Amino acid sequence: MTARVGVVTFPGSLDDGDAARAVRIAGAEPVRLWHGDAELNGVDAVVLPGGFSYGDYLRCGAIARFAPVMGKIVDAARGGLPVLGVCNGFQILCEAHLLPGALTRNQHLHFRNRDQVLRVESTGTAWTNAFQADQEILIPVKNGEGCYVADTATLDELEGEGRVVARYVGGNPNGSQRDIAAITNPAGNVVGIMPHPEHAVEALTGPSLDGLGFFTSVLKHLVGTPA
Amino acid sequence: MPRVVVDVMLKPEILDPQGQAVANALPRLGVSDVASVRIGRRIEIEFTGEPDLDRAREIADKLLANPVIEDFTVRVVEADETVDAHP
Repeated sequence: MTARVGVVTFPGSLDDGDAARAVRIAGAEPVRLWHGDAELNGVDAVVLPGGFSYGDYLRCGAIARFAPVMGKIVDAARGGLPVLGVCNGFQILCEAHLLPGALTRNQHLHFRNRDQVLRVESTGTAWTNAFQADQEILIPVKNGEGCYVADTATLDELEGEGRVVARYVGGNPNGSQRDIAAITNPAGNVVGIMPHPEHAVEALTGPSLDGLGFFTSVLKHLVGTPA
Repeated sequence: MPRVVVDVMLKPEILDPQGQAVANALPRLGVSDVASVRIGRRIEIEFTGEPDLDRAREIADKLLANPVIEDFTVRVVEADETVDAHP
């Protein structure tokens, strides 16, 4: 049976279309979810896409966290549902306390938009098991508030437990502490990443096909998970 | 109507690049005696009834501030009071 991967659209989401396309190219069925939905329609995984949910009012992701669909997603994520948050989705996951730390204004205050090399350091998550350890990948980064911060104890814990999923290589685009580009929760089912794997899934539009690995990973993960 | 004012500030250990940018612009105004600038956010809440500080604290903790990176204070101000404005 084809895996069904939910892609949430908030008011102000931008990359939901690309995320759904990436899910389809990876071989799964994208299921569009609306921020006001009270049910997840039986999806096997969820992607929170990039953009500016609720206009980024107050703080990025702060209001999206209280969307009706998020209550369901938080509960399901705690129960093991694979959830990938990209850019604004990463911010929402931090605001929802599914991931530690916070994303703040880029240290240099400039919006950064470029193709970025990352090193995938954790291949044990639901979203990165298709990569080799320490594999370097090239995917677009585009953010104004992508500077990952957390207290020293949290950073040490993330590193000690192998929960830094990816780091920036060849230049940190936003001042993130310890060059962190992506992290995961202790169970490895929730991953937040600032750069955009969904924009690197086909040669016509992306700098590489490296982003596809995140979406094929979750399919691999779901096949190995008893229903 | 009395209001509750919530002030939200980045924690001291969190870098404030906006504040730094403002501080760096001050010499262009001829101001050279400012050591640092930090930028926060002020929110005014009007309740339908009496101002409720505990409720305001709950709102601030859950939504207005992100306790991971920000601190906040709450206080009640009278309707005709202009907070911290000194003409």
